[in-house]
Amino acid sequence: MKKAVLLIAIFISTIASAQMAKGVTQIAVPGLLQKITTDKKFDETLYVVNFWATWCMPCVKELPYFEAVNKKYADKNVKVMLVSLDFLSDSVRVKKFAEAKKLESEVYQLNAGNPNDWIDKFDTSWDGAIPATIMYKGGQKVFFRQGDFEAIELDSIIQTKIK
Amino acid sequence: MKKLVVLMIAAFIGVSAFAQGYKPGDKAMDFKLKNIDGSMVSLTDYKDAKGIIVVFTCNHCPFSVKYEDRINGLAKKYNNAGFPLVAVNPNDTVQYADDAYSKMQVRAKDKGFVFPYLVDDTQAVAKAYGATKTPHVFLLQKEGKEFVVKYVGAIDDNTDDASAAKVKYVEQAIDELNAGKPVSVSTTKAIGCGIKWKKA
Repeated sequence: MKKAVLLIAIFISTIASAQMAKGVTQIAVPGLLQKITTDKKFDETLYVVNFWATWCMPCVKELPYFEAVNKKYADKNVKVMLVSLDFLSDSVRVKKFAEAKKLESEVYQLNAGNPNDWIDKFDTSWDGAIPATIMYKGGQKVFFRQGDFEAIELDSIIQTKIK
Repeated sequence: MKKLVVLMIAAFIGVSAFAQGYKPGDKAMDFKLKNIDGSMVSLTDYKDAKGIIVVFTCNHCPFSVKYEDRINGLAKKYNNAGFPLVAVNPNDTVQYADDAYSKMQVRAKDKGFVFPYLVDDTQAVAKAYGATKTPHVFLLQKEGKEFVVKYVGAIDDNTDDASAAKVKYVEQAIDELNAGKPVSVSTTKAIGCGIKWKKA
């Protein structure tokens, strides 16, 4: 009997933790580009794509700012996508990190291949240093930055882009 | 008036060149930086070299760590074959304590680095070269008294797994230079840790 209670408890806690973490989706560059550029005319969504990694200190520091944007502008067609550039061999680490930080934005891990093949597709001025942030709206790139943000700064940029 | 315009254009070009750093074909400046053994190292110390592999790297960055054996491998292969390797750590050690001078000494000893591991404590060299991340390679070839940039970018095309790398960009470039050919892939882009600049 005790055993059954324990099992039920474990079962419930498993469900609870599964619901808490949204999980990390592995994605390749063509898939990512497609997601953020497809609906050219009808999609008013502002896609805010932040390239980060668990080992990148300035990236980790600014993640809460992106989380705040995701929350604040949820009903304003703003979609934050946190794209991790951790090594694929570190996928468990990324998952655990996302769970521990309770990230609510969509979290992806990029199947990066050879970055030399695709970095320019996002921006020719990007040389691969992270953090880097790119925004798309209506199929067009509307913002790019290599480097980190202050919270207020990011918020004000988002405000100008959703007008 | 004309002079002023010319001056302004020159200033503008100067500024943008500085912001973008060296590209293949540019002349690289010499430097004099402190090595982990306390000595000072300059490009001009390498009198018999055909060129120099300058690698901006550091201790803390996972990409640098992934590449440190390969950097040492390049040094072992080319130190006595005309293209010695010089590593430069440009990071602000206030923000990254792991990149401190004493930690560099420890890492070099632990890993048996066979190349000078220099401190760019004013970050002037990284800025002049236009290094933005670690690791970031600038392959220089000696032309007369000048060092000319021949390749800028990554070491190879697979950070995660050295054995799976298809193109070893630095080695390919050196092979081509040695054969008297132009470098076919002279710039590449890779993910890396942004260099931590000192706060003004």
